[in-house]
Amino acid sequence: MTDQRSQAEIVRQSLKRRYRKERRFRLYGILAIFIALASLFILFADIIGKGHTGFVKTTITLDVPLNSDAMYLDDPTDKDQISMADFSAPIIAALQTHFPEAEGGSARRELARMVGSYAPSEVRRLLEKNPELLNTTQTMEFLAHDTVSVYVKHADNPSYSIRLSERQQGWVDELVEKGVIDTSFNDVLFSRGDSREPGNAGILGAIVGSLLTMLVTLAISFPMGIAAAIYLEEFAPQNRITDFIEVNINNLAAVPSIIFGLLGLAVFIGLFGMPRSVPVVGGLVLALMTLPTIIISSRAAIKSVPPSIREAAEGIGASKMQVVLHHVVPLAMPGMLTGSIIGMAQALGETAPLLLIGMVAFIVDVPDGFFSSATVLPVQIYLWASSSEQGFVELASAGIMVLLAFMISMNALAIWLRKRLERRW
Amino acid sequence: MIKLKTALTTVALAGSIAAVSTPAMARDTINIVGSSTVYPFATVVAERFGRNTDFPTPKLESTGSGGGLKLFCEGVGTQHPDITNASRRMKISEFENCQANGVKEITEVRIGADGIVMANSSEGEKIDLSLKHVFLALAKDVPNPDGGNELVANPYQNWSEIDSSLPDMEISVMGPPPTSGTRDAFVELAMEGGCKQFEMIAAMEDANEDKFKSVCHSIREDGPFVEAGENDNLIVQRLVQDPETLGIFGYSFLMENRGQIQAATIDGVEPTPESISGDEYPVARSLWFYIKKAHVGVVPGIQEYVAEFTSEGTWGDNGYLVDVGLIPLPREQRMATAKRVKDLEPMTGQEL
Repeated sequence: MTDQRSQAEIVRQSLKRRYRKERRFRLYGILAIFIALASLFILFADIIGKGHTGFVKTTITLDVPLNSDAMYLDDPTDKDQISMADFSAPIIAALQTHFPEAEGGSARRELARMVGSYAPSEVRRLLEKNPELLNTTQTMEFLAHDTVSVYVKHADNPSYSIRLSERQQGWVDELVEKGVIDTSFNDVLFSRGDSREPGNAGILGAIVGSLLTMLVTLAISFPMGIAAAIYLEEFAPQNRITDFIEVNINNLAAVPSIIFGLLGLAVFIGLFGMPRSVPVVGGLVLALMTLPTIIISSRAAIKSVPPSIREAAEGIGASKMQVVLHHVVPLAMPGMLTGSIIGMAQALGETAPLLLIGMVAFIVDVPDGFFSSATVLPVQIYLWASSSEQGFVELASAGIMVLLAFMISMNALAIWLRKRLERRW
Repeated sequence: MIKLKTALTTVALAGSIAAVSTPAMARDTINIVGSSTVYPFATVVAERFGRNTDFPTPKLESTGSGGGLKLFCEGVGTQHPDITNASRRMKISEFENCQANGVKEITEVRIGADGIVMANSSEGEKIDLSLKHVFLALAKDVPNPDGGNELVANPYQNWSEIDSSLPDMEISVMGPPPTSGTRDAFVELAMEGGCKQFEMIAAMEDANEDKFKSVCHSIREDGPFVEAGENDNLIVQRLVQDPETLGIFGYSFLMENRGQIQAATIDGVEPTPESISGDEYPVARSLWFYIKKAHVGVVPGIQEYVAEFTSEGTWGDNGYLVDVGLIPLPREQRMATAKRVKDLEPMTGQEL
């Protein structure tokens, strides 16, 4: 009797401690989630805080007097004259109409540095296309110089103004007031390739490069991965060889990605003599990298198809291949697609293997095919982040936002597909 | 089901076509590899070249001088690069490697120089430093000043402790962060240069290269060296405020701020464009690029790109590369080089 009571007593006494333990345990969980969310929040706040100005461009709209004497140009159809002509003179003249007091060499140089370095070529291109515009005045919109752009965008922060002289700051303030300098949505970011000038740098080249690379990756890893998974799961005999293959596939999924880069360098570039920096090689390397992920997730999806379906199909006389192609694969497809999309999202964010096959490069032209030089989104972000110009800091963050948008939409697609197509038994 | 099957076959077919289609195809974009020091200059030239001509913009990879020369010397053919940049001259072993791989005719172009200065406010005292002083002032570990063959944590807090010829002022130096190319060059040229002058450390170079590097390349972290951000203008502002502080930066920056700051002489040499491009100033290096002659005419635009690079408006005294920080060669050298480049005169191997 005493024994029993004391046991109940022990339980009662320990009850409090056990509840405490559980509360503590829950608290740890909440704390972990809180820390994860907080770091995510800090990351996003930092990126968006730095990057939102990357989506804004600064333009200067000027009435440019296309004076033939000032440019040393009589005939815009003459190639020799075009190559010797001075196309910054009309831009300086246009700025001087706003600031008549700016005379002399250093003032002219400072005026010329208000617009980006592409401006003279824009004047040239306009005249090459429309020679009849010589000796007229045209209203043209130029991108502002990097320093002007940074100054305008961060007007409230004096540490961004030091690259402009005081005289230039005065000019910029006046032009902003007059509405000559204006900010608008940065369409350049989405319509051009890389540049050494932040204002002219765009992410389109990298987006197209990523797209081409991902197409190659998908075209190779998806059919191969699914074929391998179907064979291993449905047809292969269970023996030492298949065990060995399975262990190796699982191992391969954990191999650091840079190893695949070395492999690509040795095999595709070294042995097959493929060119460096092209989406085909990048895609092949990333395909090798994603293959194990796709095989593993596809096998899991095939395994989850209930045996009753196979048996029913076999029962009404379907051949093994019919069972697999007509019943098992369609039912396993959502799982396979999810795995593939997650694998592709991983590949999209990869830079290390691409370093070795030359896709970390300065490429201005937007790639136009699988064999033209290209870079990819994360590489572009890396290149911008390591540049010293202030304008690239915001571009790098803007690039991260674009990359994150791609990632989120790919993952959302995976979730949607799973929700939409998945069947439960 | 038919749909799924056709989709799968199409994807597979597209994949195999992409993988199999002949890779040894003609290339119309110039491929350039090489030094990260030359990269900022070469990218600016490449971008202008692409914009102002009908040729595609050359592709540039920053692989480092050694890596670039290795890729460059691997052979002739469009899968190999056409031009490689270098922040040092090609080594004889690299030249031989090139020859062995069939890259016979190479044209060498010296584009200019890159110098690093230590400067303080013009109101402060002008300082005469030697590389040894620089190492003793900034290294993490230095040879024991009391004698003996061991390294001790840097005890120097005042310039006059290092050498009585130096002024009696506290060591305070502002320099670029480790991510900067200027820092790399400073460490390699100035720190290592001073470091090697100690016999015990020089002996280490052969015996234990890693140890040698870590001794020579480590900058002290106990206060006298302050890492400044990439914004050189802020450094100048602080130098002007405090005449006892020295700053480390690229030569072009000294030029822009002449009047506010003055450079210290190193080993008795004043940094000037002449002394830097003439290899007299010790913390300077020449920049080069190498052209593979066999690719000229195969890949379009190589000669035109090189002509753009070696035109007065680019690498001349008022060229746009000066804005990026290049120290131009003297005019006669530029003229001679431009002519050699025009004729694509090959190297003989004797000049190295």
